[in-house]
Amino acid sequence: MRVNVTVNGKQRTADDVWPGESLLYVLRERLGLAGSKNACEQGECGSCTVYLDGVPACSCLVAAGQAEGGDVRTVEGLADGDRLDSVQQSFLDTGAVQCGFCTPGLLVAAHDLIERNPAPSDPQIREALAGNLCRCTGYEKIMDAVRLAVERKQATT
Amino acid sequence: MSAPARSPQVLDDKISGGIGASPQRPDGTLKVRGEFAYASDLWHENMVWGATLRSPHPHAGIRSIGIAKALAYPGVHAVLTHADVPGENAYGLKHQDTPVLAEDRVRYQGEPVALVAADHPEIARQALKLIEVDYEVWEPVTDMERAAHDETLPRLHENGNVVRHQRIVKGDPDARADVVVSGVYELGMQDQAFLGPEAGLAVPAEDGGVDLYLATQWLHVDQKQTAHALGLPVEKVRLTLSGVGGAFGGREDLSMQVHSCMLALHLGRPVKMSYNREESFFGHVHRHPARMYYEHGATKDGDLVYVKARMYFDGGAYASKTPVVVGNGTTLSVGPYNVPNAHIEGWGVYSNNPTCGAMRGLGAVQPTYAYESQMDKLATALGMDPAELRIRNAMSEGSTTVTGQVVDFPAPVAELVRRVRDMPLPPPNTDELGFPGGAANTTHGEGVVRGIGYGVTIKNIAYAEGLDDYSTARVRLQVIGGEPTALVHTAAAEVGQGLVTVQQQIARSELGVERITLHTSDTSVGDAGSSSASRQTYLTGGAVRNACLAVAERVYALAAERFGVEATNLSGGKVVAADGAVVADLAELLGEDVIEETREYHHRKTYPLDPETGQGNAHVQYGFSAHRAVVDVDTELGLVKVVQLDCAQDVGKAINPDAVLGQIHGGSAQGLGLAVMEEIQVTDGVVRNPSFTDYLIPTILDMPPMRVDILERPDPHAPYGVRGVGEPPTISATPAVANAIRAATGLELPRVPIKPEHLTGT
Ligand code: FES
Ligand code: FES
Repeated sequence: MRVNVTVNGKQRTADDVWPGESLLYVLRERLGLAGSKNACEQGECGSCTVYLDGVPACSCLVAAGQAEGGDVRTVEGLADGDRLDSVQQSFLDTGAVQCGFCTPGLLVAAHDLIERNPAPSDPQIREALAGNLCRCTGYEKIMDAVRLAVERKQATT
Repeated sequence: MSAPARSPQVLDDKISGGIGASPQRPDGTLKVRGEFAYASDLWHENMVWGATLRSPHPHAGIRSIGIAKALAYPGVHAVLTHADVPGENAYGLKHQDTPVLAEDRVRYQGEPVALVAADHPEIARQALKLIEVDYEVWEPVTDMERAAHDETLPRLHENGNVVRHQRIVKGDPDARADVVVSGVYELGMQDQAFLGPEAGLAVPAEDGGVDLYLATQWLHVDQKQTAHALGLPVEKVRLTLSGVGGAFGGREDLSMQVHSCMLALHLGRPVKMSYNREESFFGHVHRHPARMYYEHGATKDGDLVYVKARMYFDGGAYASKTPVVVGNGTTLSVGPYNVPNAHIEGWGVYSNNPTCGAMRGLGAVQPTYAYESQMDKLATALGMDPAELRIRNAMSEGSTTVTGQVVDFPAPVAELVRRVRDMPLPPPNTDELGFPGGAANTTHGEGVVRGIGYGVTIKNIAYAEGLDDYSTARVRLQVIGGEPTALVHTAAAEVGQGLVTVQQQIARSELGVERITLHTSDTSVGDAGSSSASRQTYLTGGAVRNACLAVAERVYALAAERFGVEATNLSGGKVVAADGAVVADLAELLGEDVIEETREYHHRKTYPLDPETGQGNAHVQYGFSAHRAVVDVDTELGLVKVVQLDCAQDVGKAINPDAVLGQIHGGSAQGLGLAVMEEIQVTDGVVRNPSFTDYLIPTILDMPPMRVDILERPDPHAPYGVRGVGEPPTISATPAVANAIRAATGLELPRVPIKPEHLTGT
């Protein structure tokens, strides 16, 4: 089948999509956007998190057909050209990236949190990121990264 | 060439991002942009997908394998079995006992039996189902203690079921003591659970060889084993590291390496393999489960008199790193304490459980859990404070280990314990979400008790027992775009820990050059050894330093030749004399010259253990860490909330303090996971929970805030005084959490992970 989606602001078409393919597979293997990661493909790790019509979703759980006509924003669509989004910059500045496999999904989840809640408390940050596994960092620096991104956002608004 | 400036001047040697700083990772920007290519992201024109058929049985004979139907399935290009393995159908890190593809028997559930290559991963999966394997199912060997002693059990390998037995005897093995405590302790099987699945892309080459791009921990050992199984000379099997999504030991054994190359060579086209999570649980080795019998004797004042221990490690179907687990487990069996008398025995065995091998804290996690449980039990028996008991018995520089080795470097164990003990304690919980159970709101504090526990560990760093452990680095210095630039090339695996940053930092400091680029890690340079045993900053760091020093020597020779001046230092882009005077500008001196040097770094020699007494200088260095955990336990529901987890660790010298912190945080999380949730549940050799739905790792809700105290007591024998960092915090976190739960509940809790039913007694 054919699937049409808007990805990071561009109209994209994938042909010969199998009925069983996930949005994650289509993004990674058919549209060349491998930024969203495939750590479990069961909705447990959050490494495949993308915005689908403005709401974060595990793209491994979304059937490609379900995304037809949808608006997708992936980790590749967070930066504005060469300028990193402040969440991305904060992850770098705090050392929240080790192997980085969890990073794309965490960035989308954290980005969404800060959009919705400009001043999240620590428990709220933890609650919002509870669906994103990271095996390397123990989450301390991820907490630092989100706090920094929040601070920076508050400083500019 | 301008004349050298000989006038003394203030040097602008502020090369930023050198040793001791925490510069950003060179791969960081790509990673946050989603543009970093992990092994599972690789793609090649004309590639097909490989898939692996695995045994559903833990122990069975294979009567026949029928591939005709699978081969006839549309979209399938190849189906291969053991008959297609071009070289010897055997590999292994320590013993070559593992078939690439099973022949006449399988020894664990998940053992690879056949391979498929197809146009689409789903077609490959469908085709796997069409392969007909006729199994004769056998009774599995599953109990580690029986495997060690029961001669009536089936022999799983030619030499029987004991992979290694090691005894250590120190002092008087029959010594007597005023106070004696004993216990039997067990650990479940832990998984590395790295997030990036096993993956790689094999591309056949025109010379009849193959280029393999993959995620691994040790390129050269993969290369050697893969070439052997393919029947090719090593130089025809070239490996290049792609992005690695974590490792923690789980990538030290082969997974898809030979399989993807077999398919690629067979088809003459590129083959990609990428496991899904379920397959990943079967596709790599795990941490050895263990059963340990311990007895500690002490004077009534609290001085340890003796330790007796019998320890069993279940290695599963193939040897992998079991010999090393027994070596580490026995030599580290009494912990970072002074113990005058000891009798220790360890067995590592074969069984039909999943194969176990390397995981962070190799062979030290198990005994640390046991002896730290014992230390608390002893403290209770003596009526002593558990931290005080540890401090009283702590080893220090000059202490003699249980193998008779004298510790000739700092060993600030007592100070580490004092530091975590003296950190401020968290206030009682007042937040509704902060109780055990969290947002599920299962309690408002009723039935909740708090406990504090300690865990302290000693871990050997780098390879031991006589192995020549080394790494290689090539450094090239030249002027690019008017700026002196160095290219560092090693085969060392960046697996997330930040070794790429550390290599840049060392080269910056040694060469006084800001711009350091890193060559992709591959097998076109000498062996770097494994990214394991907390050894890379030490070994590859040492190799990069040596190569930089060799490059610097040639720069000095050049300066001497041109200017007749003896230079001794490179700093801030300048060539500098001993008196601090600038001899030349580095870029000017180099001009068009390219200086390249390759050097190795070997650590101090170690020695094998005496087979009878276990005495010997087996280890080159130890790392030490201490944790203090504070937990709240809901005794009615059996739920645990770790409220605070603090750590003090001696790292010798923090080359990159931020990365050191990251290792301590991440390691502690894995240790917490083992204490309260992580276990591959195996029944009769069959894995019951091969998914992230059922194998739980700590989430951001499970991890408490951490306070970390980093000590830097340089090891005079190591480059820059560094001490391995990655493993100790994983090890000491587990008993700290377990001891805190015991302190809260008064329960004995002889097994980790501690589950709700252990706490409620239901
Ligand atoms: S890959 Fe989608 S949640 Fe894990
Ligand atoms: S950085 Fe490796 S999984 Fe998060």
